[in-house]
Amino acid sequence: MSKRIDVSDLNAYYGDFLAVEGVDMVIEPRTVTALIGPSGCGKSTFLRTLNRMHEVIPGAYVTGKAVMDGQDLYGPGIDPVEVRRQVGMVFQRPNPFPTMSIEDNVLAGVKLNNRRMKKADADELVEGALTAANLWNEVKDRLDRPGSSLSGGQQQRLCIARAIAVQPQVLLMDEPCSALDPISTLAIEDLISELKNDYTIVIVTHNMQQAARVSDRTGFFNIAGTGRPGHLIEMDDTTTMFSTPTVKATEDYISGRFG
Amino acid sequence: MAVIAPPVPVRRTRRLPSWAPWAVLVGSLVLAALIQFLGEGPTISGVFFIGAIIFTIAITVTSRTVEGERLSKDRLATTLVTLAFLLALIPLVSLVWTVLSDGITRFGPSFLSTDMVGVFGNMVEGGAFHAIIGTLYVTGIASIISIPLGIFCAIYLVEYGKGRLAKAITVLVDVMTGIPSIVAGLFAFTLFLILFGPAYKAAIIGGIALAVLMTPVVVRSVEEMLRLVPNELREAAYALGVPKWLTIVKVVLRTAIAGITTGVMIAIARVIGETAPLLITVGIAQNVNWDAFDGRIATLPVYVYRQYAQGGPSADRAWAGALTLIIIVMLLNLVARLVSRYFSPEGAR
Repeated sequence: MSKRIDVSDLNAYYGDFLAVEGVDMVIEPRTVTALIGPSGCGKSTFLRTLNRMHEVIPGAYVTGKAVMDGQDLYGPGIDPVEVRRQVGMVFQRPNPFPTMSIEDNVLAGVKLNNRRMKKADADELVEGALTAANLWNEVKDRLDRPGSSLSGGQQQRLCIARAIAVQPQVLLMDEPCSALDPISTLAIEDLISELKNDYTIVIVTHNMQQAARVSDRTGFFNIAGTGRPGHLIEMDDTTTMFSTPTVKATEDYISGRFG
Repeated sequence: MAVIAPPVPVRRTRRLPSWAPWAVLVGSLVLAALIQFLGEGPTISGVFFIGAIIFTIAITVTSRTVEGERLSKDRLATTLVTLAFLLALIPLVSLVWTVLSDGITRFGPSFLSTDMVGVFGNMVEGGAFHAIIGTLYVTGIASIISIPLGIFCAIYLVEYGKGRLAKAITVLVDVMTGIPSIVAGLFAFTLFLILFGPAYKAAIIGGIALAVLMTPVVVRSVEEMLRLVPNELREAAYALGVPKWLTIVKVVLRTAIAGITTGVMIAIARVIGETAPLLITVGIAQNVNWDAFDGRIATLPVYVYRQYAQGGPSADRAWAGALTLIIIVMLLNLVARLVSRYFSPEGAR
């Protein structure tokens, strides 16, 4: 369950404002691709174009191509809802549904879509997703408690379990650890390393060490100035990017000279 | 080099003992009473009014001399806020007290279960059963129309509406919130006059009139509640591949249901006591009218108005009717609270 995404000449707009310009990128299956860059350079915006969450914002739209499975995600007749079932997403802040129990949160993708499921299948899915998210042992005795009763790190892992319970091909993570403490961060990073055996993962992070630790490929985004569009400056294997980047700006950013 | 002020130890401030404000309060009230003895003798309202002024000045001055300027300002602000609270409470308590004490003479099971058939002159019998049924009918019809209409309208405004149309609706809703209730009554009256002719009288006309008043209130409050639902939850649902309409039904409405219930109850409470539009649309009747689509029907506000206008023993029935109305609104509120408690997310309780 993992797919490759070929992005070519992709532009993302907020109304008249061009936020990300001309991105060409190949996202390999069963790898972790990290997107780094200074704040406001369009990493998150680009990430959200990959499962058509960008256009949820009023006035926002995308031009260009993002081809997964030979199918352009922005092609005519493509239903964004279908895209999102294939490409899951984990957000910056943990956002479990406050009205649902832990179990229902994991099953949210099924329940909210009005699909029926046998009790045994549902139990199996809950256990599988929570185990995959390294949360099963912590919550197995209180599955009926509200999702908001968990700690921040647990909530984020619950959100990951919720995202993988719909069995997507690709998992997008938008700074999944920025609201978490170092121990929870470590738990999530371990989880990412395990998940990459089954999923294609794209992660946006502000933490260079994290990118170096978890990712196989790294893309560096930069912006020429406020109000200018963000660009993908360079992309390569993580080891290459962090040792011998070809572009000066990448080296400056990675070594902490700016940004 | 910048000049750095020498470190100052944290000063201990002298505080007034906790009994001091109460002592000042008693002193102020006594002083106020004494001042009034110079005139025509003390009255309760006079003592409290003058006492409040004296207390405000006295506590501020005392605090200033003992505790210093900052704490005296705190005392002054606390006193003023508390006084404003008490002032706001006076009409409320007085209203409840008057309705209770005047309404209790006639209120009881027989008042709730009899109508006004065969009651005339100075007879003390008779009740408001027909008016209770009428109020429930008319308000029920208004609710059946307004609640779905208002909720759908609010969903449109929050989730779908953008551009001119949404702005126009918002402005219209705001204008409609402010229209005088008599205008709503005249609207419903003329509407049915054109459709069914002058002879037609029915509860439904009153229901339509109240719906005109109720819809904007529902729209406003539901809109506020839907806007309170964090966008993150909508995005979380979208990211799971949930279509927009299911997200609205199962996440947005479900999360906001407690607030929506409260808003709807406020809207009902707003129209249940309306008199003017019902006077011209449904009039008054002496007996129970079980048919919402034919004939005049009595409602509690109109009943109260009529009974009070007649005076004598009828005035007692008016107070009892007012008490009944207040009890109905209270019961509705209680139900709303239970519903919103049942639905609100755990931990947020």
